[in-house]
Amino acid sequence: MTDTTARPRTDGGVVAPAGGAVGTARTRLEGRDKVTGAARYAADVPFDGLAHGWLVLSTVARGRITSMDTAAVLGMPGVLGVVHHGNAPRLHPAGLFGPDGQLQLLQDDRVPHVGRPVALVVARTPQQARAGAAALTVTYAQEPHDTVFRAGHPAGRPAPAAPARPDADLGDVEAEIAAAPVVVDQRYTTPEEHHSAMEPHASMARWEDGRLEVVDSNQGSFMVARVLATLFGLDQEIVRVRAEHVGGGFGSKGVGPQLVLAVMAATLLRRPVRVALTRRQVFSTTGLRPATEQRLRLASDSTGRLRAIDHATAAFTSTIQEYVERNTEASNVMYAADAIRTRTTVVPLDLPTPGWMRGPGAAAGSFALESAMDELAQAVGVDPVELRLRNEPSAGPVSGLPFSSRNLAACLREGARRFGWADRDPRPGTRREGRWLLGTGVACGSYGAGALPSTAAITARADGSYTVSVGAADIGTGARTALALVAADALGVPPESVRMRIADSRLGAAWFAGGSKGTASWSWAVTAAAADLRERLASVDRVPPDGVTGRGDTTDAIGALGKQERQSYGAQFAEVAVDTGTGEVRVRRMLGMFAAGRIVNPLTARSQLVGGMTMGLSMALHEEGARDEALGALVNSDFAGYHISAHADVPDIEADWVEDVDDSNPSGIKGVGEVGIAGTAAAIANAVWHATGVRHRALPVRLDRVLESGFPAAR
Amino acid sequence: MRVTLTVNGRRHQADDVWEGESLLYVLRERLGLPGSKNACEQGECGSCTVRLDDVPVCSCLVAAGQAQDRDVVTVEGLADPGTGLAPVQQAFLDAGAVQCGFCTPGLLVATDDLLRHCPQPTDADIREALSGNLCRCTGYEKILDAVRLAAARSGETAGER
Repeated sequence: MTDTTARPRTDGGVVAPAGGAVGTARTRLEGRDKVTGAARYAADVPFDGLAHGWLVLSTVARGRITSMDTAAVLGMPGVLGVVHHGNAPRLHPAGLFGPDGQLQLLQDDRVPHVGRPVALVVARTPQQARAGAAALTVTYAQEPHDTVFRAGHPAGRPAPAAPARPDADLGDVEAEIAAAPVVVDQRYTTPEEHHSAMEPHASMARWEDGRLEVVDSNQGSFMVARVLATLFGLDQEIVRVRAEHVGGGFGSKGVGPQLVLAVMAATLLRRPVRVALTRRQVFSTTGLRPATEQRLRLASDSTGRLRAIDHATAAFTSTIQEYVERNTEASNVMYAADAIRTRTTVVPLDLPTPGWMRGPGAAAGSFALESAMDELAQAVGVDPVELRLRNEPSAGPVSGLPFSSRNLAACLREGARRFGWADRDPRPGTRREGRWLLGTGVACGSYGAGALPSTAAITARADGSYTVSVGAADIGTGARTALALVAADALGVPPESVRMRIADSRLGAAWFAGGSKGTASWSWAVTAAAADLRERLASVDRVPPDGVTGRGDTTDAIGALGKQERQSYGAQFAEVAVDTGTGEVRVRRMLGMFAAGRIVNPLTARSQLVGGMTMGLSMALHEEGARDEALGALVNSDFAGYHISAHADVPDIEADWVEDVDDSNPSGIKGVGEVGIAGTAAAIANAVWHATGVRHRALPVRLDRVLESGFPAAR
Repeated sequence: MRVTLTVNGRRHQADDVWEGESLLYVLRERLGLPGSKNACEQGECGSCTVRLDDVPVCSCLVAAGQAQDRDVVTVEGLADPGTGLAPVQQAFLDAGAVQCGFCTPGLLVATDDLLRHCPQPTDADIREALSGNLCRCTGYEKILDAVRLAAARSGETAGER
């Protein structure tokens, strides 16, 4: 289908040039607003009569609220009200994916963890609200708590199966392990981690003419509006949620506590209320990646061909909502083996509910699997790149389904070539440069791809412009720009003639900026809308003054998709230097080669991948939420104590991709948001082993751990 | 108390300022300049970086009173009105150094200051100078590219003179 199909006409009757926008590097559409400071985030938008809410968080890990001295606070300057479990609107069960206990805020006197919102103080200014919140005395009947996670915890229970991917039970794992000449059996741990998007969560809610209007910081305004409507028992028609600019999310910006509380306060006080979280409140109330403990058993023949993969993982959840960290996905899809078994355990503790954090499941799961693969390569005496190539499957190892496309081997080969892997001496602990020991490591990663039902509309105007309306979210990913390119090509017009309207629940049903499925899902809907529009335009001579609108809805098309294994893949290479005096690990360079379907905008896609790899570097070396056992509280809930990689920590990082044609959706997009972090930490930890000869199976690879490992004397 | 200061070349006056109030709060909440971002409010992330007289500061750590009679430049003041974007702004845009954009205002002010004092910085200079500005999206590589680009362009411009 090329030039013969009907093309929309511009006002001069000139046929627009054909597409070709997808695949070209484009600066982001909203970039100018962002570099001038003109972009307005949720906490930046002014409203008349705006009041400000400030969260009061629980200070005990388990118990009941016995009293709250609201009278004293209500008498303070500027204070307009205190919302608490005694006066808060009653909520209905609701959540993004089924009822979510986290959203049932201020509904009773129970305290399930430290940092649970127990009240909201509302005042005329943020300072007055903050002063009121600090002055609010809350008394608790404290109960014994348990916040210490370990895999063998008696409260642990098998996780409910993931609908699309139940626990694997392929072949006889025990028999294969018993008969195999080489077995790796190790435990790996990853700590609690925090998303740390730069923009703290913020929401403004107000009632106007019987309608609820929300300015929010979220990853999907349509779905947030739907949850809000259900939660408060409202008709979704009267709820409007917008999130024009969002300062990062990484999975943390679903329906935030600040939003629920802002709506409560706006409802009770009948005036606009903004609730903006502080960084510490973000750490306490907006989700986290749970700590994991994973056992990996790999068995192979003497050439490294896998006979068994046995992957058991445990992670904590809260007592109010069951979040399952699905770490075993990679063990299901990465390598061929005669037997594969996966098991997932959840341990409910008196802790905040974890949530999706960039590469959920995959980031921690790939650390365990890909570290174990490196240990197997060492045990067998085969190069780690070669080991992975030898175990490349021809179909889903457990499911038996065909791959929509799989180009991991190309990533490994091309990455090895560019990185200079062929010259690598496999012996550990042999390269010294002054006080530094040097090493290189490799690891792979994958993340599920696909599209979820969405709608879009495109209106052609008489002036030759096209307005695309889609409930997408751009949390920094570049979705707005990518969708303009997709629309331009689908319409056969230059991208400059396309205007984007996104991040508004009124634009219709749309999937979330999540699961690396946002751009694929929205693009498909935009493509469908463009096809509809072209058909309509073919039957008119001129575009009428009020325009012509085409609509797309992918629900049926996605429902009709055949079953396939759909994943993005990556191979990552890292070089580290380890300081023999201090134990400090410095990453010197990293290369990631990815197979992630069609790349819409190389400029923004590369940033997404490099950003994911950097978060992986940060996970490998820096990030660790530390909890006090006696209090059950996070003790490093700020950027002084919770380290994320700064500019000086990050070396030369290169991300590139190989050709990867996935015909399972019209745009061929697989998503680049998560796959960048899958495998990074293992590549770095494997490089640390190569540098020092000591394995690190606990993240982060802190300098004290390096020193206490006996390095370098232990070699 | 009353605070009088110059922001982006304009005199401003803020009344009823509380003694413990930060310059960031004054800029955002009283003067209608929300370009400077509040992301940690304790000087760790650099998102609120502004130039105070000739020194880049975290405006969250500067008491409003300290800005009395002083000259403040925020991200909103980097571009000369009417002449489009400042070179550092254009470079950040062109290099793809902007993602979610929340750290961008502080990074731009910090970069602008770096290039004022060190027009042709080495990579090490850049990494060190910008390590007080956290970014969670980009991985910093594109930011490095943007600073190099801005430096190279200003070098070209200087050479043409």
